Parts: sequence; structure tokens; C-alpha cells
Amino acid sequence: MTEGHPPVRDFATDFDHTDPAWVADPYPIWDDLRQRCPVAHSDRYGGVWLPVTHDLVSEVAYDTQHFTSRTVVVSERRPGPDALPAPIGLSPPITSDPPYHGLIRRMLLPAFAPRPIAALEPFTRDLCRDLLAATAGRTSFDAAVEYTRHIPVRVIVRFLGFPPQDADLFRGFISQVLEQVDRPAEEREAMFTKLDEYMDVQIADHIAHPRDDLTSFLIAAEIDGSKLSVEHIRGTMILLMIAGIDTTWSAIGASLWHLAQHPADRGRLAAEPALMDTAVEELLRAYAPVTMARLVAKDFDFHGHPFKEGDWLLLPFPAANRDPAAFDDPGLVRLDRERNRHAAFGLGRHRCLGSSLARMELRVALEEWLARYPDFELSDPSAVTWSAGQVRGPRTLPVTIL
Amino acid sequence: MPHATFRVHVDPDKCQGHNRCYSVSPDLFELDDLGMSSEAGDGIVPADLVTQARLAVDNCPEHAISLTAETAGSGVRR
Repeated sequence: MTEGHPPVRDFATDFDHTDPAWVADPYPIWDDLRQRCPVAHSDRYGGVWLPVTHDLVSEVAYDTQHFTSRTVVVSERRPGPDALPAPIGLSPPITSDPPYHGLIRRMLLPAFAPRPIAALEPFTRDLCRDLLAATAGRTSFDAAVEYTRHIPVRVIVRFLGFPPQDADLFRGFISQVLEQVDRPAEEREAMFTKLDEYMDVQIADHIAHPRDDLTSFLIAAEIDGSKLSVEHIRGTMILLMIAGIDTTWSAIGASLWHLAQHPADRGRLAAEPALMDTAVEELLRAYAPVTMARLVAKDFDFHGHPFKEGDWLLLPFPAANRDPAAFDDPGLVRLDRERNRHAAFGLGRHRCLGSSLARMELRVALEEWLARYPDFELSDPSAVTWSAGQVRGPRTLPVTIL
Repeated sequence: MPHATFRVHVDPDKCQGHNRCYSVSPDLFELDDLGMSSEAGDGIVPADLVTQARLAVDNCPEHAISLTAETAGSGVRR
């Protein structure tokens, strides 16, 4: 939870995505803003805009002329136009703009296509089974701490070819980058330096000993006949950590949180395995963890709002997924929802590179959980805690096995 | 009585590789090495797969898929 931020007076004019009310339950806030605004503004963080309808979120996602992805995490550390090596950005390609964005994305896409990702499924399934086996004999435990949080980090560490024992170290970095957005700028710089040093050691080791993993893939990769710079490789690795771990941890946790409270849904899912595909999509829609951000690239009028160059904009895909103009009964989780154009992985050219990986992990994590624990509930609903910032998911999830 | 033939098409400029179409209807779509989708073959939808084709249309977040009916013999799209 964020310290030092004054309480929000009105979410339409003074919102803060680290406010306790937003962290605990953002959906009523977005529903209210959709009626009243639907583009909210806050002077916090130096000025942030927030569109909350599916139409407006789509419009921003598709508009790379008026919005830049140079940085995608809103914090007190607002980068100036020269602070980052444009057009690559800190963590290419998520922080890159076209046309450069297309080149690096194309280079990475083959590694994240469904076929290579399917090769990680047996590892993921074994990992889930091992984690669950370690809970044997206990009737209550924290599913976030003992199960969900270990899955994505170990899969990414495996994918990158880093030492498996570094998974905990990674989790520490990610929490600092994503959840401690209100720390002073110098503190955040120091944290990024430490992370860079870690990456450099791994890159050097892979240059000396190439192997079949994503790090060696990045070292061997070429764009227009040139190898990637070390900064570029490091930036893409940081991207995988930031984008691939907290996010999927959150999606798995939120899905278990839902199932723990809805006996009919978990019963149906356990009894009808064929329902898993639509169920995964529906859980992704209803509990999409990721809100992205953009910077306004130039002054312009956005539906009557005076957007200024350098303003932040939060891009809440989870709010788009709850827009009644785009989904019937958006507040209801229907595991067999057939028409589901949800935007959990974003829209347009920045569509989550790792969406196949995330879907595989979520499906396998739920399948293995339900196979072992078809019936369970929250031990104490008020003990559940949620992450603050742009990635939302349960960080404490005490469950009782029934 | 003329019967309608359905043809499915993926707009390559809109497809961003979400892979939802391939997931709901693997017989009607194919993925390239980048994970981008296109219609399989000439895009003609067998009668028993029309429902699947509609599902693919309705689950594409980018609105990249079209399903059009052609009346046999006329070639007229509607």
C-alpha cells in the first residue's frame, strides 16, 4: 500500500491507482466514472488521465500518433523526452513506438508463438503438481504465497535459462519495480542499477556458454543484419520479468479467488473439463490484471479534454472489459460466455507478446489445482490482500480445503 | 432454392496474433511462425463449421475476421 499519498477526494478529479479503495475494489469506481466522465483526470504524479469505456480505451490503444509507449508504468519518476533512448525505450518492444516497434516485435514473435510455448507446458504442469504436493496434509494455507506466486516466476526463469534458484531474487526485483512506484527517484534508479548488474552476469554467461533458451535466442538475434546491443537485450529481459510474472501470478490468483467464492462455478469446471477454454477467457475478462499507461506525445484535444505533451494516461483494459456497452452483464462471470472480445492482453500493435504463455500457465495452474482440490473456500475473505499499482491480483489468499 | 456458402477471412492488417480464432476453430484458421492467423485454404466454411466460424468472429478482440455469405452460382457477397 502506498504511504504518504493523501486520501482521494473524488475519483473523477483526483484519482490515485494506489488508493486503498481502488486497490481493494476498483470496479465500482470505474462503473461510476463511466457514467460521470468517462475520462477522469488527476493532478497526482504530475497529471494523469483515465478513460474508462471500451471505446475510448481502444481508441488510445490504436493511436500511436498522439500517445507514446516510451514508458508504461506511471510513477513519480516521469521521464523527459531525452531521458530514455527513443525510439527503443527502456524495455523494448513494450516501450517502443512504430516504426521501430514493429521490427523488434517481429524478431521476438517466433519465440512466443503457440508452438514453442506448448513446449513449456510439461515443465509448468510438473511445477504446479510439485507445489501442490508440498501442501499435502494441510487443510488451510495461503494459496498466493504457496502456489500462485511461484508459477510464473519459475516458468520465466526457465524460459530465460537463468539459474532456477534465482526465482526468489527475481520476485523481489519485480515487487520493487511495479509495486513501489511511490519511492523517490534516486531509490528507483539504484534498484534498476542492481537489476542491470544481475542481467549482465547472465548475458556474459550465455555468451560464453550458448544454450537453447531465450537469452541465447536474444544474443543470436539480428535486426537488419545487426546484433542487439547489451542494453537492448537487458531491456527485453527486464520486460519479460515485469510483464510476465506479476501479471500471470495475478490472473491465476484472481481466478482461484473467484472459484473459492463460487461453488457452482468450481463444481462445473471440475466436472466439465471441456469448459476450461471459455472459462479461462472469461476469468481473464472479468479479472484482467493489467492496466497499461501511455504518455501524451503532443498537445491535442481528446473528446473535449486538453491533453498536453508529457501527460500520463492510464489505459485500464480491466475497465474496458467491464463496460456494459461492450459486454452483456459485464459484472457477471459466465464460464461458458461464448462471445468474448475481451482486452485483457491489450489491443493493437502492443498486444501482449506473452499471451500464449500466460494462457497456458493459467489453464494448467487451474487444471492442476482443481484436480487436487476440487472443493475449497476462502478461509477469511477479509484477510485477502490485493497488489497496488497497475497490476492487480491477490497477494494474500488464505484458503481452506473442503 | 439457392443455398449460401460462407467464406471466412482474416484481415492481415488487423490481426495482432491473439490466436483466439485458431483456439475456437482450429480447422478454419492457420498460424504462421509469428503466430499470426489467416484463413485455411480458400476460406470456404464447411456447413458443419459455420457456428465455429461465427465464434471466431465474435472472439477476435481486433475485429479482424469477416464471415460473408455467397449465394451459389451468383458469387454475390452480402
